[in-house]
Amino acid sequence: MARQPAHPARRQIKPASAPSFLLLAPMPSPRETLLARVTSALAPLPKRAPLPNWDNELVIMRQARGPVDAWTFFAERLKAVNGTPLASAAALIATLTQGGWKHGYCDPALWDELRPTFEAAGGFNVETTFDRSRIDEYQFGITAATAGVAETGTLVLSDRDTSRRLAALSPWVHVAVLRRAQIHIDVPAAIAALPQDPNVVWCTGPSKTADVEGILIEGVHGPGIQIALLLE
Amino acid sequence: MALQQIDQFSAKLRPETRASVYDGSKKGHEKRTSVLFDHYPDPDHLRRLAGNIKQHVVENLDTLLPAAAAALERNGVKVHWASTAEEANAAVLAIMRARNATKMVKAKTMVSEETHLADYLGKNGVECVETDLGEFIIQIDGDHPSHIVKPIIHKNRRDIATSFEKNGLGAYNDDPQTITRRARAHLRKKYLEADVGLTGANFVTTDTGRLVLVTNEGNSRFCLAATPCHIAMVGIEKLLPRETDLGLYLNLLARSGTGQQLTVYTEFISGPRSATQPDGPEEMHVIFVDNGRTDALASDCREILRCIRCGACLNVCPVYRQASGHAYRSVYPGPVGAVLSPLLAGERFPELADLPKASSLCGACHEVCPVNIPIPDLLLRLRNRGKQEGSKAAAAGTPPMGAWSLLASQPFVWKTSLLAGNSLNYIPKSLIPVPPMQTWLRDRTLPAWRGGAFRQWLANRPTPPAAK
Ligand code: SF4
Repeated sequence: MARQPAHPARRQIKPASAPSFLLLAPMPSPRETLLARVTSALAPLPKRAPLPNWDNELVIMRQARGPVDAWTFFAERLKAVNGTPLASAAALIATLTQGGWKHGYCDPALWDELRPTFEAAGGFNVETTFDRSRIDEYQFGITAATAGVAETGTLVLSDRDTSRRLAALSPWVHVAVLRRAQIHIDVPAAIAALPQDPNVVWCTGPSKTADVEGILIEGVHGPGIQIALLLE
Repeated sequence: MALQQIDQFSAKLRPETRASVYDGSKKGHEKRTSVLFDHYPDPDHLRRLAGNIKQHVVENLDTLLPAAAAALERNGVKVHWASTAEEANAAVLAIMRARNATKMVKAKTMVSEETHLADYLGKNGVECVETDLGEFIIQIDGDHPSHIVKPIIHKNRRDIATSFEKNGLGAYNDDPQTITRRARAHLRKKYLEADVGLTGANFVTTDTGRLVLVTNEGNSRFCLAATPCHIAMVGIEKLLPRETDLGLYLNLLARSGTGQQLTVYTEFISGPRSATQPDGPEEMHVIFVDNGRTDALASDCREILRCIRCGACLNVCPVYRQASGHAYRSVYPGPVGAVLSPLLAGERFPELADLPKASSLCGACHEVCPVNIPIPDLLLRLRNRGKQEGSKAAAAGTPPMGAWSLLASQPFVWKTSLLAGNSLNYIPKSLIPVPPMQTWLRDRTLPAWRGGAFRQWLANRPTPPAAK
């Protein structure tokens, strides 16, 4: 691997106020200091450990084999981590109604598709903008998923597709809208297809903790209910 | 004779604490084992592979670190370098001052524990709130984490309920659900008010410059959704050579740490938020922290730098289970801590040189380690170093071996002592005037003396057929 050109020195002492001997022999930058220590620590090694290659097959779970279709497999694995797979907008309405979750946010890009079902059901207050000063008023947030990982029941979110990071996180119920073609079968496949995006988040079930006596509690800082909504 | 410090600590442990630590770590280990062996035909092969890749990283940091920094910079991240804890803390403060920032929300990072970041920021007028539930409880208690994955493994729900009550977080209630909901409501305000979110990183990919964060609660995600500036403190050993290697490490880390396939949130962060995203940091900084790691790198124990901080070796360790994490007097407890803490201590090595002796060398830590670190070997090397450097801490509780070596190296003396040994069966053991022997006998019983039997057998043994 090629060495990068030296980083512009970030000196803590401004040259103008530094004593003259520092000007003659400039202080090494923090980067230079740290890398010099690394280099000298490694210098005595006669040879370096090589980088092994490996095959993705190795890390595919035993259970991940089988002829089932991607959504069925995904839904089964999502349930295993206490997530909720739903296969239609009508099923979503039923779930929200049952939970008493009537007020929420929906990504404006998805609203056209979902609006008829919500309006037909009636009684919902759905906003297509998210106001962070009223963060606790939103009981649910509907945003688009970037992908799914069947093996683990994971929903992939990214900046490109999630209209608001906060709307996918702070409401009690998060609904990620997923399309059949977006489902990767296993973790290595999903890693190989990681989006070019500054913020990719894999969500595997609802937010949880076992910090208190190892007892599982869901909905710590993020959603207590994680729904994957398949829209065809 | 003085006991080792870890034994002294362990002897005074509250029974409830010992029970919490024992149960928590035992459960963690059992879950790890069943999940790993259930999911993979040959998990040991994966551990060896993961160890070899990390060994490559450790031995090539001189080229990989600049490459990772370059990849991060290409992604729009500002990269900083800190050789010491003080420099790391100062770098955080400088970034905050430049933004006139006074409030920080913080996800769990072990490096920031090493540098005592929260204290430092507090003294410099910055409010720094821990957001991981366990770390939050530690913070309001003025306590220290006792496990690298489950920081409050030493507390039970009654302890927690009491400290919530003391800190104005509602009337006493020890229902874990109530505790969690109260923390949720309290911390939500903190995220929204904060100017900066600070995280660590579990991995940094060298080729693509992504930080990978592995959490369950969603607190680090919240830090990165609500605040305008992200600072990550990252130990220099956290690199992975290729993004594709994540497939291996993510699969091993959660299974080894908590027995999950994946943790709930796995975040891949490679820069400030995109232009179209309204939430999240407009600025991102990575601080690469040395703080003693290059000393470990220069030592004959550099394998410990492969560690991915899963906590599996703590959970399986019979000493950790009995002694608890605080007994190790350092940020990293358990087998990993017994190696890493003295190494990171630099000149203070002799003060912690007793930790490598807090092990029966049973090898369980090596067997569970997802990066196959030969911890027992490293412990032996460090014991040797403690001896060489004449550490007083290391010598405590160790009987002087001079008399023994005289005895064992003179055949005549040895034979005589074997005969004398027979008398041990006839006198009360409490009368033996050797202090280390008395210490040893306090918790144990000696079997009956059968000295000399082997020599007799050897002299009279039948000649093996092959030698005829
Ligand atoms: S030494 Fe190995 S088992 Fe222990 S915490 Fe590190 S990676 Fe996990």
